[in-house]
Amino acid sequence: MSLSLTAGAIPGPRKDPEVALALGRRRKRADRIVRILCVGATLVGLAFLASILLTLTYRGFEAMSLRVFTHVTAPPGSEGGLLNPIVGSLIQAALGTAIGTPIGMLVGTYLAEYARGSKFGNAVRFVSDILLSAPSILIGLFVYQILVLPFGGFSGWAGIAALAIIVIPVVVRTTEDMLTLIPNTLREAVIGLGSPKWKMIVFVCWKSAMSGIITGILLAVARVAGETAPLLFTSLGNNAWSVDLTKPMSSLPVTIYSFAGSPFEDWIALAWAGALLITLGVLSLNILARTVLRGRK
Amino acid sequence: MKAGAGARRPPSPLTVRTIPLSQAATASSPIPTGAARRTGNLGDTVFEWACRGSGVFVLLLLGAIIIELFVAGLPAFRAFGLAFVTSTDWDPVQEVFGAGVSIYGTIVTAVLSIILAVPLAFGVAFYLTELAPAWLRRPVGTAIELLAAVPSIIYGMWGFFVIAPAFATHLQPWIIDNVGELPLIGFLFQGAPFGTGIFTAAFILAIMILPFIAATMRDVFEQVPPVYKESAYGLGATTWEVMRGVVIPYTRVSVVGGIMLGLGRALGETMAVTFVIGNANRISSSLFGPGNTIASLVALEFGESETGSLKLASLLALGFILFVLSFIVLATSRYLLRSRLKG
Amino acid sequence: MSTTAETGAAEANTQGFGGVQARSEAVLNPPRIAIRNLEFFYGDNRALKGIDFDIPDRQVTGMIGPSGCGKSTLLRVLNRMYSLYPGQRATGEAMIDGMNIVAPDADLNALRAKIGMVFQKPTPFPMTIFENIAFGVRLHEKLSKAQMDERVEWALTRAAIWDEVKDRLDASALGLSGGQQQRLCIARTIAVRPEVILFDEPTSALDPISTLKIEELIDELKRDFTIVIVTHNMQQAARCADQVAFFYLGELIEVAPAAQMFTAPKHPKTQEYITGRFG
Repeated sequence: MSLSLTAGAIPGPRKDPEVALALGRRRKRADRIVRILCVGATLVGLAFLASILLTLTYRGFEAMSLRVFTHVTAPPGSEGGLLNPIVGSLIQAALGTAIGTPIGMLVGTYLAEYARGSKFGNAVRFVSDILLSAPSILIGLFVYQILVLPFGGFSGWAGIAALAIIVIPVVVRTTEDMLTLIPNTLREAVIGLGSPKWKMIVFVCWKSAMSGIITGILLAVARVAGETAPLLFTSLGNNAWSVDLTKPMSSLPVTIYSFAGSPFEDWIALAWAGALLITLGVLSLNILARTVLRGRK
Repeated sequence: MKAGAGARRPPSPLTVRTIPLSQAATASSPIPTGAARRTGNLGDTVFEWACRGSGVFVLLLLGAIIIELFVAGLPAFRAFGLAFVTSTDWDPVQEVFGAGVSIYGTIVTAVLSIILAVPLAFGVAFYLTELAPAWLRRPVGTAIELLAAVPSIIYGMWGFFVIAPAFATHLQPWIIDNVGELPLIGFLFQGAPFGTGIFTAAFILAIMILPFIAATMRDVFEQVPPVYKESAYGLGATTWEVMRGVVIPYTRVSVVGGIMLGLGRALGETMAVTFVIGNANRISSSLFGPGNTIASLVALEFGESETGSLKLASLLALGFILFVLSFIVLATSRYLLRSRLKG
Repeated sequence: MSTTAETGAAEANTQGFGGVQARSEAVLNPPRIAIRNLEFFYGDNRALKGIDFDIPDRQVTGMIGPSGCGKSTLLRVLNRMYSLYPGQRATGEAMIDGMNIVAPDADLNALRAKIGMVFQKPTPFPMTIFENIAFGVRLHEKLSKAQMDERVEWALTRAAIWDEVKDRLDASALGLSGGQQQRLCIARTIAVRPEVILFDEPTSALDPISTLKIEELIDELKRDFTIVIVTHNMQQAARCADQVAFFYLGELIEVAPAAQMFTAPKHPKTQEYITGRFG
């Protein structure tokens, strides 16, 4: 047997062109079917996005008017707008990002510049990644426990704290990723000039990674601007005009939530207007973030 | 390169080991941190401790979330014991609370959403890596990723005002008529076509987690070295055969990691589910029946709970259970994706 | 990487073109693939210019030349590997069995079953050794379990690796050494029963002993298969090839039986290259 094998006789049936051809046809048909299914799946995904955007555009523009931006929320049937939720959202998202970003940048810097490969660094990275995907409603519950209960009530600060906690892991991830991309030769060159390490990081590494870090910040803003669940138990919402951060504060997502779930036509219409605003804002921020990153590459 | 190798240390992957040239002559071993250096030390010390302190802060943050939720939920665990997890009661009047229904709803919607999302995500990832013409890859990929950027509340509204009515009038009556009669699986698709319910919630969740799973799959598919794919093509394989025979076996660990990431997200999703799940505290055999999830129950009932009440404690205990569930799933996902994270 | 490249250069330097021992057989078999006026483009960049030559049946054709000369490109034309990538195209003729390989309507799956390829780096699939071989066979033939067992044994035997793996056919192919993996890849290719096998620098990632084994294998395989091999190693071309083609800057400078090529190259450029003056 082994003799015949080494002699080159090919075992099995002779190569049958008919069989190969028939098999080939079947395989190509299977390939074509899978291709069509995959194109179909992609189209379905795109159709969802299109449906969401079209619905928002249609119902949002229908309800859109100057009044949305000039009037505060009002009881149903009395010509209200979304001024206080818009301002409340801007304040909370801006301050939440302003507080969360430095912490996130420092953590990302620690992971990339000080703790590569160390056990403690890996633990921090792991925890940050868990926070990144953890249910945001739980962060709301947590802040309720530590800032709302002990300090006697819902407040803008509590909402800001919840959003800041959501911002941190987003900024950690992009900061670390961007700093890791910087070649070590650059660091050696700076250190070689006798610069202290912190100056190397701040003036060279951060600077080279700036567009990437900005991308992360923009994505973080986009993320928190649409968050509803963590604000439900923290800043709660406020139907009157208020920029006092120690009082409950209105926000677009929470207002949309309560208006959309109401039985009143004009409130539901306002909810659509708010939904359009927030989606436009969030998607523009996302696209802007991508453009910033691409401009660098 | 050979000539330089003796004179210069090869670049270390650990930046912390970088030796300033001015000190290289005196340093007998790599200086591990800026803090230990002699010059510029105050700035370095302060900066390094600011960084390290922030890292500690993040660790403590997660620890504090776990402990706070557990401690706050303790009265509920004390009052009901282990039965809290299994009991299906949720009766604010009698002050009897159990997590059974919402745990059931959380797991069923999340798993069902994975079943719906994974084939779609695979199709999208396959299309984006192997089939799409080069000029379409970026716009289509970006569009799919934007699905992940749309806020949860928007999915809720869209689901409630667009998808639920469409399901109630078209999809569900058809399924109830055609599938509801089948043996074995028919019972899953019976009852009245409300439009809202477990199935609709899972459907919305599937769209929400689709971009996360698809993006992970695309990234790992792209990491398969082209020469392996060429080897399979070289044997006469079709694109699908290359995918099934080489790319998927190569990437299956990371693919499962991506699916777990989607699962982790689906478990804790709140606003979208609250809008469309029907919010009823009962387990119905039909997937079209209403139900709730931990997150939706907390979002709805929290506002109506008094400070210090057993109900509030029960909701916080639910939060703790949700955290444990998500933590396990997300940690598994991260473990499976670790090779990708390193690269 | 560096080992084989360095030894190759050293050998060429010390021995010169006269010192290279080429096989004496000067008679070439009738052509298996006839290449006529073949051109290849990466986008607008013309990488192969008017290539004309025959690849003899059941003999080894070695393709040599400096990096970027087009030899690997030509190899990738012969089984249409370039079709995987947009922007790459070929014109002209490469005829096998009355069929033009570069014709747009060619059946690529059937073509690649007929013309197999072995790559520079071993590419074992992440499955068992047995499945690695069976993967390709199943694409083109319907075999019973017994027939498949027989085929796998045959292919592994022909690739001179059967004795090393026969007891662990169900083990992962990723556990094999580099040289074993490369022979497994050769077995995987011949299991499909191709008529032509293309080798793209098959030993450049291997140690000298594994290299020797692969070269012996190629010598053995040419009784049944037409072989085309791209190599950077002049010694290897001399040891393995019956016909040698020298490429430079996308052009075929010279093609001749190996003995003639290494003893009396006609073109001065060829002479410079094989004596190691550049490349």
